[in-house]
Amino acid sequence: MATRQGGLFFAYPTFSSCSSSCSVARLRRPIVATAVANMIRLHNVSKTFGAGPRAVTALKNIDLHVPKGQIHGVIGLSGAGKSTLIRCVNLLERPTTGSVFVDDKELTALSEVALRQARHRIGMIFQHFNLLTSRTVFDNVALPLEFMKLSKSEIANRVTPLLDLVGLSDKAKQYPSQLSGGQKQRVAIARALASRPQVLLCDEATSALDPHTTTSILELLQDINQKLGLTILLITHEMEVVKTICHRVSLISDGELVEEAEVGDFFTAPRTQLGRHFLNDFLELEPPRGLIERLQGSPCENSHPVVRLGFSGDAVSTPLISRLARECGVDVSILQAKVESIQDRTLGLMIAELMGDEADTQRAIAYLESHDLTVEVLGHVQRTA
Amino acid sequence: MSSALLNLILSATAETLYMVFVSGVLSALVGIPLGVLLYVTRPGQILPNATLNSVLGIITNIGRSIPFIILMVALIPFIRILVGTSIGTNAAAVPLTIAAIPFVARLVEGSLNEVSPGLIEAAQSMGATPWQIITKVLLPEARGGIFTTLTITVVTLVSYSAMAGAVGGGGLGDLGIRYGYMRYDSTVMLITVAILVVMVQGFQSLGDYLVRKSDHK
Repeated sequence: MATRQGGLFFAYPTFSSCSSSCSVARLRRPIVATAVANMIRLHNVSKTFGAGPRAVTALKNIDLHVPKGQIHGVIGLSGAGKSTLIRCVNLLERPTTGSVFVDDKELTALSEVALRQARHRIGMIFQHFNLLTSRTVFDNVALPLEFMKLSKSEIANRVTPLLDLVGLSDKAKQYPSQLSGGQKQRVAIARALASRPQVLLCDEATSALDPHTTTSILELLQDINQKLGLTILLITHEMEVVKTICHRVSLISDGELVEEAEVGDFFTAPRTQLGRHFLNDFLELEPPRGLIERLQGSPCENSHPVVRLGFSGDAVSTPLISRLARECGVDVSILQAKVESIQDRTLGLMIAELMGDEADTQRAIAYLESHDLTVEVLGHVQRTA
Repeated sequence: MSSALLNLILSATAETLYMVFVSGVLSALVGIPLGVLLYVTRPGQILPNATLNSVLGIITNIGRSIPFIILMVALIPFIRILVGTSIGTNAAAVPLTIAAIPFVARLVEGSLNEVSPGLIEAAQSMGATPWQIITKVLLPEARGGIFTTLTITVVTLVSYSAMAGAVGGGGLGDLGIRYGYMRYDSTVMLITVAILVVMVQGFQSLGDYLVRKSDHK
């Protein structure tokens, strides 16, 4: 596990052939040691488009640190500023204020020439792939190397193993229009890796792909992260992406980072309303429709609380519900429940109606909270009997 | 048909091809770079320069708004200085070139506009210089559109060269006017038109072929 943190171990020329089936250690990510240096640092970055009364603030005082070798996700709704944020890292978008550091180099202070040099060390892939239609697969991957003015033989030496890595050796002479979406993104990944970057920026890289292809691209990214120690910053609106490959996640809303956590923590206990919103959407854990209509905001006579319970760690394997019934004297009617594996953690979620008098149900909620469950009272429902 | 007339037709055809060739090559050599400049100096583009962009834009628009027949006459003193004479194919190639340059420039600018901005962004993210973006991304990606532009230009030049014939430029236009129109020789007129039709068809087919070959979309 320590080797993945080994920093600049770049074994590009010795790639062995690998297809989508290659053995990625799925969902088993090491916990990142705090001592690892930050590869990407955004310090107090703000971005405003336009000026005067029509100015639009896309980013507000963003502070973001991504340690070397980590996969960091930024998730947010459309228009939250995700795209602007990732484009500020390689200065495709220059921040209005604040500074950007990649590998301890302050990009915002560099000259045009030095910035171009620095960009050779930062790969980027895009939602719509952005491959040149006039070039073959091989020549697309060669493009950044031509920009670096490498010789023809050096270019061939680098491109061939990269096509192997992404499993497209047999497509070298084809044009992008002859490829599927997933294959195009593989070419784009090979192209982004050609200049041997330390950082890979992924701008909604899987948003234009179907779920199956998304999985194979995510596996490839994870493979690259582990083999090459590449630091990956990705933006997405899909919780699935965060769940599958990210170590840490930041939540962006209205141009501000409102929450940041280890992925396991985020999925078990998001701290913000928006975080819970994303999680509930992802888990599709909502009370049955008929019940929602009967839910009331406050308790009244003969009503029961409906609660959403989240439990992780030891709580998952403890028979809490039956203990609840015994110790607090309430009956529990389970309306929905599911168990998810996220990273090395197990996450349980449940929607349940707690049946008993008010004092008992209050005691039951306190009991659950004392056992490290998150308890959210969704409302109260009148007893029908 | 007498052999004298045949010679006349052959040499007139050669003159037209010569005028179209010279003005086509020269207007492409100047017009393509001008079109690139018009595109890359736009605000928000890879070499934004508002002043240069509007100056070039105005010059291009002036060039495009002068009717060709007036341009030809207005340029006569300039042509005399440049070529030494104001009649003949070399003299006619000057106004043809000058008229075609802004035409090519605007159409090339339009072709570059069709290139996805995402490709420029991708190249920038790879650390490409503006020159590398122009030569390795913009021009190759717009190749099909530029071939279309040049085909339209050459076809337009064929018909403009006939106009140049009216003021002593030589070529098929000159032949058609002097023999076909002034001497009421409808055979010569028909042959002239027929040759022009074949010429335009040929250029169009060649252009279409080049566009098809460069298109991998």
